Amino acid sequence: MLEIRGLAAAINEKPILKGIDLTVPDGEVHAIMGPNGSGKSTLGYVLSGREDYAVTAGSATFNGIDLLDMEPEARAAAGLFLAFQAPIELPGVNNANFLRTALNAIRRSRGESELDAVQFLKLARAEAKRLAMPDDMLKRNVNVGFSGGEKKRNEVLQMALLRPKLAILDETDSGLDIDALKIVADGVNALRGPEFSALVITHHQRLLDHLVPNRVHVLLNGQIVRSGGPELAKELEKRGYGDLIAEAA
Amino acid sequence: MSTGAAGFLERYDSVLNALPGDSALRAAAADAFRTVGLPGGTRGRPIEAWKYTSLRALAETKFHRDAAPRHEAETILANLPLLDAPRIVFVDGVLRADLSVMLAPSVMPGAGPASTPSSAFSVARFADQADFGTLTWPDREPMVALNTMLAEDGAILHVPAGHDAGIVQLISIATSDADFHPRHTIRLGENARLALVEIAAGQGAYLLNTVAEIHVADGAALTHVRLQNEAAMAFHVSTTYADVQAGGTYDSFTLNIGARLCRTEVHAQLSGAGAAAHLNAAQLLVGSQHGDFTSVVSHTAPNCQSRQTVKNVLAGRSRGVFQGRIEVARGAQKTDGYQMNQALLLSPHAEIDTKPELEIFADDVKCSHGATVGELDADQMFYLRSRGVPEAEARAILVRAFLTEALDAVTDETIRAWLENAVAGWWEKLAA
Repeated sequence: MLEIRGLAAAINEKPILKGIDLTVPDGEVHAIMGPNGSGKSTLGYVLSGREDYAVTAGSATFNGIDLLDMEPEARAAAGLFLAFQAPIELPGVNNANFLRTALNAIRRSRGESELDAVQFLKLARAEAKRLAMPDDMLKRNVNVGFSGGEKKRNEVLQMALLRPKLAILDETDSGLDIDALKIVADGVNALRGPEFSALVITHHQRLLDHLVPNRVHVLLNGQIVRSGGPELAKELEKRGYGDLIAEAA
Repeated sequence: MSTGAAGFLERYDSVLNALPGDSALRAAAADAFRTVGLPGGTRGRPIEAWKYTSLRALAETKFHRDAAPRHEAETILANLPLLDAPRIVFVDGVLRADLSVMLAPSVMPGAGPASTPSSAFSVARFADQADFGTLTWPDREPMVALNTMLAEDGAILHVPAGHDAGIVQLISIATSDADFHPRHTIRLGENARLALVEIAAGQGAYLLNTVAEIHVADGAALTHVRLQNEAAMAFHVSTTYADVQAGGTYDSFTLNIGARLCRTEVHAQLSGAGAAAHLNAAQLLVGSQHGDFTSVVSHTAPNCQSRQTVKNVLAGRSRGVFQGRIEVARGAQKTDGYQMNQALLLSPHAEIDTKPELEIFADDVKCSHGATVGELDADQMFYLRSRGVPEAEARAILVRAFLTEALDAVTDETIRAWLENAVAGWWEKLAA
């Protein structure tokens, strides 16, 4: 699914990623953990094509195609999805219109017919209900006046509608209470299958109790310093990153 | 024939005996125009109100008043986004009853029937009964002086007290490289209602210099929506005077899309207690277009409200101008005035000039103004694109969102949808 080799990236000429190697096979969920400032969010942004990051070395291929050469919308069309850590507010843009525009853009690129307003609303209402989102969230402006938890659920709603092949969830669990956390995890679990993979960026073991990863990677100062099974997350929860930071120093 | 002010004055001298109405008023206007000239023209004096908009290009353009039409008015009309409502059509500044659709054939012989019957208003021709009204000051406004000097035709629209005239369209089509000076008067009796939708379009390098005088009586409500989509080489100058009496409302929205140079000037006077004026506008400009929205709101009675939201979307090397003055007279206590001008620059070469002015002589008032200038938000663009929305579509969504606040002020859903189509059409043209 995803192959990252020696990936290095900088913002304003300041290196953030310093040679990442990572393979996420089809159907697997991998967690990325690490202290603040280690480059976790940058990895998500670079993979999804944010323009202010400059890739200085390495490669990233997605189902065999060179990801780094593509426009953000082409990456989305190919099946990549980034759930934002801080979802962006779009004043003046109706959430339902936004979701339908996005879904139809993706459907067009897949050669599928576009959904009209009625077809779309039926689908969106069903998905929103599964995520325990009130109907009026579809009528409001995108993320404007949403609570932190509502914004995160709106991200998961987008993911559920767009049905990506690879989802990158950037701290989607932060700011969620236990119930919301479970709903979000269930949303991701519902997509799991041989043709869906996920890269879950998180600070906490908690999410991984509900969304059990195949592999856990620790990102430190722009490099993956350790990888392991789900038990690695439990170990980090107990002992923190102190030992790893000491090892790296 | 000369160009510029001299050319217009020569024409006045040659046609003055054939012009309808008060010849002394026209002579006074000609004197004023002779003194002031065209703002920015070589002989013109500098005028503060025209600081950011120069009519030099207009002064250098030769208008051929007697030229045969080069374009078919019928074809241009057929391509306009018309509403299913009565329409009054002017071609090259002259009323065309055969293209108009009205109900009252006695008022306008030759006009076709409207699909939505309305006898709630009447129309007369300026050419038949010149009505210069009482609201204009040609000595202060050179283009109003020019209009007063040369006006030949226009609509005199009257909605009697207590009547709701629904939507009436007032359409201007230009078909030749000439100058036109329509003169309109709109009168709403007490508690009358009207939604006036104006469209200006055409083909060629012409000047449309319109003056409209609007009287809103006690408790009456006029919705005035304008779509200026003139030809790319055209000049469009429009000056509107609105007088709003007690409890009356003048609610206007102007969408400026076309013309090489456009100046929309509105003078709204709130002269009865509890009157309201909404002067909202959007200017969408590309290439080297120049769009100027200038307003003067005079609060002369207590408890009046004025609202102005003006949005500019500027691409290419275009230049937007907003000048807004709020005057509050000594007795106009409890005045509530608000003014906001915002510009979205889509190119590093686009420019906006903003000049808000507050002139307050009462002590118990609430007046505020603000201005913002920005580019498309990079985070918002990335968010949309990361959801698969192509770049051009993402820009269109954000531009539309930027205009929302101004467009949402248009309460009539039919008219708002119609304006949104015009915005979408503009965007498609820009993206093409």
